[in-house]
Amino acid sequence: MSGGTDPQQADGPGGPRDHARPAADRGSHRNGVLLASGVTSNSGRTVLPELRMKVNGSPESLDVEPWAGLLDTLRDKLGLTGPKKGCEQGACGACTVLVDGVRIVSCLALAVQYDGREITTVEGADHPLREAFVRHDGLQCGYCTPGQICSAIGMLSEYAAGMPSSVAAEGLTDDEIRERMSGNLCRCGAYNGILDAIADVAARDAR
Amino acid sequence: MKPFAYVKPADVEAALRAVATEPGAKFLGGGTNLVDLMREGVERPDTVIDVTGLPLDAVDDLPDGGLRIGALVRNSVLAADPRIRARYPMLSQALLAGASPQLRNMATVGGNLLQRTRCAYFYDAAAACNKREPGAGCDALDGFTRGHAVLGVSGSCIAAHPSDMCVALAALDAVVEVRSVRGDRRIPIGEFHLLPGDTPQNETALAPDELITAVELPALPVAARSRYRKVRDRASYAFALVSVAAALEVRDGAVAGVRLALGGVGAKPWRARAAEEALLGGAADEAAFRRAAEAELAAATVRPGNAFKTALATATIAATLRELAREEDAG
Repeated sequence: MSGGTDPQQADGPGGPRDHARPAADRGSHRNGVLLASGVTSNSGRTVLPELRMKVNGSPESLDVEPWAGLLDTLRDKLGLTGPKKGCEQGACGACTVLVDGVRIVSCLALAVQYDGREITTVEGADHPLREAFVRHDGLQCGYCTPGQICSAIGMLSEYAAGMPSSVAAEGLTDDEIRERMSGNLCRCGAYNGILDAIADVAARDAR
Repeated sequence: MKPFAYVKPADVEAALRAVATEPGAKFLGGGTNLVDLMREGVERPDTVIDVTGLPLDAVDDLPDGGLRIGALVRNSVLAADPRIRARYPMLSQALLAGASPQLRNMATVGGNLLQRTRCAYFYDAAAACNKREPGAGCDALDGFTRGHAVLGVSGSCIAAHPSDMCVALAALDAVVEVRSVRGDRRIPIGEFHLLPGDTPQNETALAPDELITAVELPALPVAARSRYRKVRDRASYAFALVSVAAALEVRDGAVAGVRLALGGVGAKPWRARAAEEALLGGAADEAAFRRAAEAELAAATVRPGNAFKTALATATIAATLRELAREEDAG
């Protein structure tokens, strides 16, 4: 399933898609600064190296400023509007994505820091949790849902890998799920449905 | 966010050379604090040196039974390390009490040591803050102070240090290893963070060109029976009102060894030495625990909004020590 745009249709199959702006439009605020992995052009302007990431399974080649956030890059350059901008200060979790399978908040991530990494957003997260959230009414307005689902996928992997939590219960109890999902806020208060959806999928995993 | 040049060195020497030639440069680790502060305009570096590509992400055993933690070990990875959980459980618990799982997956040990206060007046560009703008004054002094410190504060700044991890490190006598082009240094954790005094903008003993490379935990048998207790306004994902890192060894009913540090109440991660002195050699009972806590909090400077912290800290210290003593009884 693909939410929103499907770049594959726009650009066709094949090698990395180039989202870079025209060369004439490139440049840096600081003339002549040589970036560690960049080059200084004839005009003395810094030309940024291409950022290469695999996003939801597709190789992407991007031209981004160093100060571009990962969240903005996913949404504005790749049209992946699943990850949401809630607080933009790491407090709400609506922007949660998976990097090489590990959950992070993409609002506090600079895109340049994730060169060479594999990013998964809710659009690419082919996981039973998506259906479970619908079945258990794990949402009202839905704004936090993409972050909740990506976070829950990361959480179940962490739990399976033996990552401890401050609850330290035997098994993935409701208290454990609540603690391990505490980085994702839901202002509609759909927590009971979210909890049920995650517990349901976790129980199926355990069988 | 103010534009900046971005550099990602592949080895420590290149990172040190980069910072030595760029005085306004900042090291970037997991980004959970620095990126936030840059977006708020509180931090405005010309150059950002991304250190996450440096090979400083190992936890190594030391010959004496201690551990050496690389500065780039992620908070979540450190909390899960079986050696930390067995030898220094208070540190694992402190890490797990901090932030959210997503932030712990990003945040590094070095970055956690350098995280800046969450004082709302420090974050608010429209507020007066001596830490953000030396000499500007402090709107917190007569402001909303529920989250502010009561120990080690000054007339210039009452911001609380926000870290949970550093409270455990203070109790454990950790040593911070730093390096610059000028050489290596080892800074005891108690000297790493500075009290505000008249210069709250100076927060650590780190020189601008120094990079944290590792944190050493000395061997400390008493720490195997230790815990971190955090009291906050909600059950999870909030900064501490009061937190306590404690280790306790009781022999024949008397305190034979103790480590105690406090979070949420100090201008820096607060090693409770007055309480430790009061406890050592004395009875391991409730009355002694409370007296020791009161000895530590006697130095508190409170405001109407945070006066509750002396009673809360006293009760939390006593409760944490009581739980540890009970565990000892149970064997």
